[in-house]
Amino acid sequence: MNWTDIGHIDDIPLRGARCVKTPGLTIAVFRTSENEVFAIENRCPHKAGPLSEGIVHGKSVTCPLHNWVISLENGMAQGADEGEVQTFEIRNDNGALSILLKAPMMVAAE
Amino acid sequence: MPDGKTEKLVIIGNGMAPGRMLEHLFEQAPGQFDVTIFNAEPRVNYDRIMLSPVLSGEKTYEDIIIHGDAWYETHGVTLHRGEKIVSIDRTNRTVTSQNGITVAYDRLVIATGSNPFIIPVPGHTLPGVVAYRDLDDVGAMLAAAEMGGDAIVIGGGLLGLEAAAGLKARGMNVTVLHVMPNLMERQLDPAAGYLLQKALEDRGIKVICKANTKAILGDGKVEAVELDDGRTIPASLVVMAVGIRPSVQLAKEAGLAVNRGIVVDDGMLTSDGHIMALGECAEVGGQVYGLVAPLYEMARIAAAHLAGNKTPAFKHSDTPTKLKVTGIDLYSLGDFAEGPDREEIVLRDATAGIYKRLVIKDNRIIGTVLYGETADGAWFNDLKKKQTDISEMRDTLIFGQAYQGGSPLDPMAAVAALPDDAEICGCNGVCKGKITSTITGKGLTSLDEVRAHTKASASCGSCTGLVEQLMTLTLGDKYNPATVTPMCTCTDLGHDDVRRLIKAKGLKSIPAVMQELEWKTSCGCAKCRPALNYYLVCDWPDEYADDYQSRFINERVHANIQKDGTYSVVPRMWGGVTNAKELRAIADVVDKFQIPMVKVTGGQRIDLLGVEKEDLPAVWADLGQAGFISGQAYAKGLRTVKTCVGSDWCRFGTQDSTGLGIRIEKFMWGSWTPAKLKLAVSGCPRNCAEATCKDIGVICVDSGFEIHFAGAAGLDIKGTDVLGLVKTEDEALEVIVALTQMYREQARYLERIYKWAKRIGHDEIRRQILGDVERRKAFYDRFVFSQKFAQVDPWSERVSGKDKHEFKPMATVGYGEAAE
Repeated sequence: MNWTDIGHIDDIPLRGARCVKTPGLTIAVFRTSENEVFAIENRCPHKAGPLSEGIVHGKSVTCPLHNWVISLENGMAQGADEGEVQTFEIRNDNGALSILLKAPMMVAAE
Repeated sequence: MPDGKTEKLVIIGNGMAPGRMLEHLFEQAPGQFDVTIFNAEPRVNYDRIMLSPVLSGEKTYEDIIIHGDAWYETHGVTLHRGEKIVSIDRTNRTVTSQNGITVAYDRLVIATGSNPFIIPVPGHTLPGVVAYRDLDDVGAMLAAAEMGGDAIVIGGGLLGLEAAAGLKARGMNVTVLHVMPNLMERQLDPAAGYLLQKALEDRGIKVICKANTKAILGDGKVEAVELDDGRTIPASLVVMAVGIRPSVQLAKEAGLAVNRGIVVDDGMLTSDGHIMALGECAEVGGQVYGLVAPLYEMARIAAAHLAGNKTPAFKHSDTPTKLKVTGIDLYSLGDFAEGPDREEIVLRDATAGIYKRLVIKDNRIIGTVLYGETADGAWFNDLKKKQTDISEMRDTLIFGQAYQGGSPLDPMAAVAALPDDAEICGCNGVCKGKITSTITGKGLTSLDEVRAHTKASASCGSCTGLVEQLMTLTLGDKYNPATVTPMCTCTDLGHDDVRRLIKAKGLKSIPAVMQELEWKTSCGCAKCRPALNYYLVCDWPDEYADDYQSRFINERVHANIQKDGTYSVVPRMWGGVTNAKELRAIADVVDKFQIPMVKVTGGQRIDLLGVEKEDLPAVWADLGQAGFISGQAYAKGLRTVKTCVGSDWCRFGTQDSTGLGIRIEKFMWGSWTPAKLKLAVSGCPRNCAEATCKDIGVICVDSGFEIHFAGAAGLDIKGTDVLGLVKTEDEALEVIVALTQMYREQARYLERIYKWAKRIGHDEIRRQILGDVERRKAFYDRFVFSQKFAQVDPWSERVSGKDKHEFKPMATVGYGEAAE
């Protein structure tokens, strides 16, 4: 387990998202209209749509492919849909963001 | 009918009262009369109460027709339109019209209605001074509103305020001049009048009370209004809405007894046994009436008497007043003057803008004024009508029915608790029991059916909510209210209301819309935000700053997202025409970025599929070098104009269809529309460009250009309708552009043109685009104006660095510190 710096909150537009690439998967980092940040896997549980491309509203994002609504807080699909995406812990230290990566997501330097 | 012979019934006037009388008559005594109607207006019977929604744009003329042509035909009624009766010969029992038509009658019904009162101040005959009585007046006001500018409404009563709100909704600066100290003084007490004035002022309508008009100024047309106190207010339109006078001239000349109105007994009979009168021109029991409920009551009684039943007699009853201005809830009933023998109960909630007042005499309600929250109006009306002793519930009475007897705070429960004889529809006098029993008896499931069978909510519509609650109570889950579907769960408002309120309230940002229209969520959802963003872009092209985060991903990155998260890229090829240089550039891009699939689209374009998001700006840069701009194949906007080769090549071609298609595409590219917009131009009726299943299509013919619209070839398949034939390319362009702008301004987000057209009516679209040259020009001009801001190539903007964060990951991590 390792806190990894990913950049500054201002790199993400309000009600928007950016991607963080890791060896295993891509993480979508969201910034809500209330300036809260969340990190979840960039992969909709429905058909793997890139959630970072969705419209951000409240503490949810709507997937761009088929309009599933995913909670940014717990990764659960909302409404009648069932599914869940992985969430990651994220720290906001005066705007400097870092996420907690699990060991299998790291590869050793060659 | 005693001797079985058909009698001749002649009716002078074709307003709502005689129309309703005939409905009753045909039901009770079919075939008894041979009916002839003379209408001074050149129209069928329409719902005059709904003139205000027509003025504000919420309804069209077609929406408010009560009896269409077919109705007259079915019942064998002869309708003379635009024929004014000028004399009645009572000795020979004939009437004669201004064009010399003379018709004999056995029974005559005078329903000449009323005339607007025009204050005879200097200048009252200037062009630009109009009344507010009929559709022609509305037409005059709409024509004035299209020019914009300042309007003055003289008269702060019901009609005047509805006119003011309508003109404001149409974009005019509106001032209301009212001679009394507070608005609607006949229906409202000063406190409610104040709240009403404030609400109107909040909408940008200026209100001046105690204003005495001295003169209307202007040279050849209206330019200003001068008040007694010396103030001069500029205006290009003056609406006089100071009151009405029963139209009695004809009756007077015929020697009938006339007082304020034509004097009738409680069976609607005038001083001549063969002549009846009803409606606003009639005076019964010393009173004349202007609201629809008593007029319909007259119609019911007149019909019964004509059919031979002499028992029903007209009785006076108070009619509630409701103001039909969207967003202002106001209800007033009965007598609310103060007096020593009266008490009152008042509830005020300043922050919520609520004011309620009950006037009580001998423990009975005699008057009610409700402002801001009017749901209990029907209940208070019922208590008043039945003279219910309210002493038991005095303490909680003002809070409404839901608070009585410990019943729950649920509007549904309140409706459920109403007795069967409680009046639901004031206009048509329909009670709860009639509605519920008709729903059950006839197996009705939709609001329109209930309207058709019971007339409830069929006139002014303000009881629609109550009727729907009754339907839910009676039908349970079987009833799905479909009248107004909210935009999404963030609001109860439908798309049309939101569009109208954005204009009316001058809302110019998404947060402003959400604040003013009381959104239930803090920042909307993926359904409402893109819709609001479109409405704002459309309505305020120069002022609104597009909200990037409220656009779907395709419109944010200007490419089409595919199932694997890659994108497809479609460069614009004007009219589907390309050349070697363009094709070579495309081939080079495909090689350089290893694009896996190249495909020709249905809209005559080349689609590059499987482009990685990070590569998009570089792909666009290369395409831009070759002169390509975005084909906007992702946009809710103008997509493609398909063409055939036309008269340049084809032996059947009648016109240069390719050239016209390119011209249209170059004119219209970049414009956002409610849903995607695909056009086509075919050079002859063989129609190789498939123009007759497009949103808008052109079929070239020898004599010009046939403009088609409202086709579909997707989820639904539908051939186009012909809008009309024009002679020149210029005209074709103007018509197509105007039609597009009308669609842009009126349709709901994601509503294709064929669905919108079905809703509005193809004839109405023809009337506005082809029949009304000035309106067409205005649509065209507004489109041209908005194109100034829309025709920016999004690809070159992004090549120059706009939104560059979108195309790069924020970070790449987890590969180890020395991984470089």
